[in-house]
Amino acid sequence: MTQMWLAILVVAAAAYGLKLAGFVLPEAILNHPTVVRAAAIIPIALLSALLWIQVFGADRAVVLDARVVGVAVAALALWLRVPFLVVVLLAALAAAAIRAMGFG
Amino acid sequence: MTAPADPTTRGVILDSLGVGIATGVYGISFGALATASGLSVWQACAISMLVFTGASQFAFIGVLAAGGTPWAAMPTAVLLGVRNMFYSVSLAKLFAGRGWRRWVAAQLVIDESAALASAHENDNLRRTAFWWTGLSVFVCWNFSTLVGALAGSEISDPRTIGLDAAVGAAFLGLLWHRLTNTFTRLIALVAGVVALIVVPLMPAGAPIMIGGAAAVLGGLVWQSRVDRLRST
Repeated sequence: MTQMWLAILVVAAAAYGLKLAGFVLPEAILNHPTVVRAAAIIPIALLSALLWIQVFGADRAVVLDARVVGVAVAALALWLRVPFLVVVLLAALAAAAIRAMGFG
Repeated sequence: MTAPADPTTRGVILDSLGVGIATGVYGISFGALATASGLSVWQACAISMLVFTGASQFAFIGVLAAGGTPWAAMPTAVLLGVRNMFYSVSLAKLFAGRGWRRWVAAQLVIDESAALASAHENDNLRRTAFWWTGLSVFVCWNFSTLVGALAGSEISDPRTIGLDAAVGAAFLGLLWHRLTNTFTRLIALVAGVVALIVVPLMPAGAPIMIGGAAAVLGGLVWQSRVDRLRST
């Protein structure tokens, strides 16, 4: 648990440091075209990797289970412009329903 | 932040509060997923207060939920915070020479506060939008994290009620509005496919960094090629 607290504090310090850096670092460094481009791509790449691992990943394996149905329902809800909290709730309900029926 | 004198300022404050409350409520899902992923209520609340940037927070608990160590969760969470640095650059002149306020303002630099501040030309209105949005998200986000964390700690088996699917849905929700064109969709596809390909080879957490890095590098190479084609 101490490890967990340490990791939380390191992430917190880094997150704050990044926010503050934009106030104090010279603009020339942060306006470099490659830096600006990388910054635009990073969130998309990481969020997508997180998503795919969360949906199909298991302990060193790729599996298909109730999570796929849950996230498919979430995609449909997002397409219908349903609010975030409801999207998350619908995904949980869909996956729970599939599992209650004995699948995934 | 005195009583709003003119209707324009009042409108900006109302808009900011609306966004702040609507965004802050997501904290319920973060709190519930955090404690269901094995964090204590205190840890969930500390993350919302100290890290205070949604995508990084969800990434941290997402890697933990997938079986990764806290240290495996760290790099993804930190890298997702990089975009806040660019918001700060765009806001820097609003807080230059403002003493201690700048140190507080830094913690409130997130998607929503930066977006609402950028909607105005006038520096006073931009500051008003920034503070009211940032502070209202901060208060609602932390309160709703506590509520969600207490609810999540009552759950014995997160899978039974589909919380693992809910984490995936949260990532999809954060990603959705960023998939604006073919280039961004390709980036997302490459990151996901590469991450899944390396899953059998690595401990939890690492495939996310590998998939993410492959897509970022691929995207940068692609864009520089497009540049060169355009310049010839």
